[in-house]
Amino acid sequence: MIAAHDITLRRGGRQLLDAVSLAVRPGEVVALVGPNGAGKSTLLRVMTGELTPNAGAVTWAGRSLGACTPLALARGRAVVSQQARIAFPMTAAEIVALGRLPWHGTPQGAPARQAGLVAAALARAGVPEALWHRHYDTLSGGEQQRIQLARALAQIEGAPAPVALFLDEPTASLDPGHAAALLRCLRALARERGAMVLVVLHDLNQAGFVADRVALLREGRLEAEGRPGDMLSAERLGVLYGVRFRAAGGLLAPDFAA
Amino acid sequence: MASRLKRWLPVLALLVLAWVMLMALLLGPARVSPAGFWAVLADALGLAPLPAEFRRDAVVLGVIRGPRVVLGALVGAGLAAAGTAMQGLFRNPLADPGLIGVSAGAALAAVGAIVLAGPLVGAAAGMMGLWLLPVAAFIGGLGATLAIARLARRGGATAVGTLLLAGVAVNALCAALTGLLIFMADDRQVRDITFWTFGSLAGARWAQVPVALVLVGLPVLGLLALARPLNALVLGEAEAFHLGIRVERVKRVAVALAAIAVSAGVAFTGLIGFIGLVVPHLVRLAVGGSDHRLVLPVAASLGGALLVAADLAARSLAAPAEVPIGIVTALLGAPFFLWMLRRHIA
Repeated sequence: MIAAHDITLRRGGRQLLDAVSLAVRPGEVVALVGPNGAGKSTLLRVMTGELTPNAGAVTWAGRSLGACTPLALARGRAVVSQQARIAFPMTAAEIVALGRLPWHGTPQGAPARQAGLVAAALARAGVPEALWHRHYDTLSGGEQQRIQLARALAQIEGAPAPVALFLDEPTASLDPGHAAALLRCLRALARERGAMVLVVLHDLNQAGFVADRVALLREGRLEAEGRPGDMLSAERLGVLYGVRFRAAGGLLAPDFAA
Repeated sequence: MASRLKRWLPVLALLVLAWVMLMALLLGPARVSPAGFWAVLADALGLAPLPAEFRRDAVVLGVIRGPRVVLGALVGAGLAAAGTAMQGLFRNPLADPGLIGVSAGAALAAVGAIVLAGPLVGAAAGMMGLWLLPVAAFIGGLGATLAIARLARRGGATAVGTLLLAGVAVNALCAALTGLLIFMADDRQVRDITFWTFGSLAGARWAQVPVALVLVGLPVLGLLALARPLNALVLGEAEAFHLGIRVERVKRVAVALAAIAVSAGVAFTGLIGFIGLVVPHLVRLAVGGSDHRLVLPVAASLGGALLVAADLAARSLAAPAEVPIGIVTALLGAPFFLWMLRRHIA
């Protein structure tokens, strides 16, 4: 289990997170939902170990994250950040191969196995073979996002269970077809490998489909958390986002005119 | 290019370096025949006594060209490897070792040594002789880098953007102080300074080679070992951390190794621009990628080869006079780089 205990984070005199507690258990997908600037990405980055909170602690199977080396963390969790710019030209396959970096020098990192793992990750993330050796910069935003997913999948391949996967708006540039494929992939990871998945989502219907639990964040505070059916109600979301929601055919839609 | 072929590129680059070094030994105003080369080599290894007809070759190879070629290869490799590492670290194709203050700091200290050594330390300067300038330049280069790194650190973390800006400011300060010293210098000193800032391998001695092997060679090997972390940094600093890299430590080690290698190189040869900036680009274009496991070793070998070739041109073009090597590297390299750039765009 990965658990954040009373996380408070201040940067530049601003309080970004205020005593937030959240746990992700093995086999569970948790969706982080809330308005822009609510602290979703910040909480995700604290839970990956990237940001150190001013107060509170993140524990991973009972161990404090601060006591883990970056390498130990990298062998247990992978992160898909919001769209990243790469500094020098690289092909899709080269980027995915970087996901195997933490395993260098271990039995799982044996050079002969790496090409196969990279190909499997690319296939699982739905990247067509024609793109594997294309330069990353020449690909569309959605294709790049799937390559980053493939890199994360490659990274947790061969890791001891339970692995963790953190994703920050992974469907932002994806068309509905590819978004659905990605969400199914996350569900499968949780079901089949007992993975702990924490995902920031803006599309509430996507959250409703993929999540076992939904956490609502606003102004750095955890407003509520619970089952998607309870959290994603038109009333709650109306208060959270300040816009009216309509439920139609089991789906939620914001009322843009109101 | 097939990846199996790519793996041999570092070996190929090393062969190119060896070939250029051999050519630089044999060619020049006084030609040495292959027979002369083998005779001198056999003598040096104690295999066969030197025939009388090759005595001149022994002097040309052993005393004059030998140390130049070895020192040139080391310094060129150091500049190119440091440039590659800085570009990777700063995630910026325009970065070069000069950015972290090495060149400006070394120049300030060297000019200071030329202008102030006489009045300040008098006879002691004479005793240090050949070593005064290199030691001053080495300390100056490292000192400027240290100052920049210290200025850019806050709460244990180094912001790369701040490092860049601190570098610009410290470079400007060093340049201003250097200008002040030049203003104070007499005509002979100004000439010394001018030639130092253009760089030259003419002062190479065997005594410098072991020092360069340690202070340039070892840091280059250290930078080669950073290939994987630098690959991860292509994705971004946060992503590199997520992949298990101790980003802050990599930054510090890379800056320190680059500063040592370049300071030591510059100390023996004076300022040689261009190689640290352009060789990494040429190599990335040539190998068709950014994998530092390939780019770093190939750049190191080709940087060495380029400097040795430039030195050959420097001492051949206007023999018996020598064209400053910094002028040659820029004259040869800049048009070639522009041609590669245009071809790449097309």
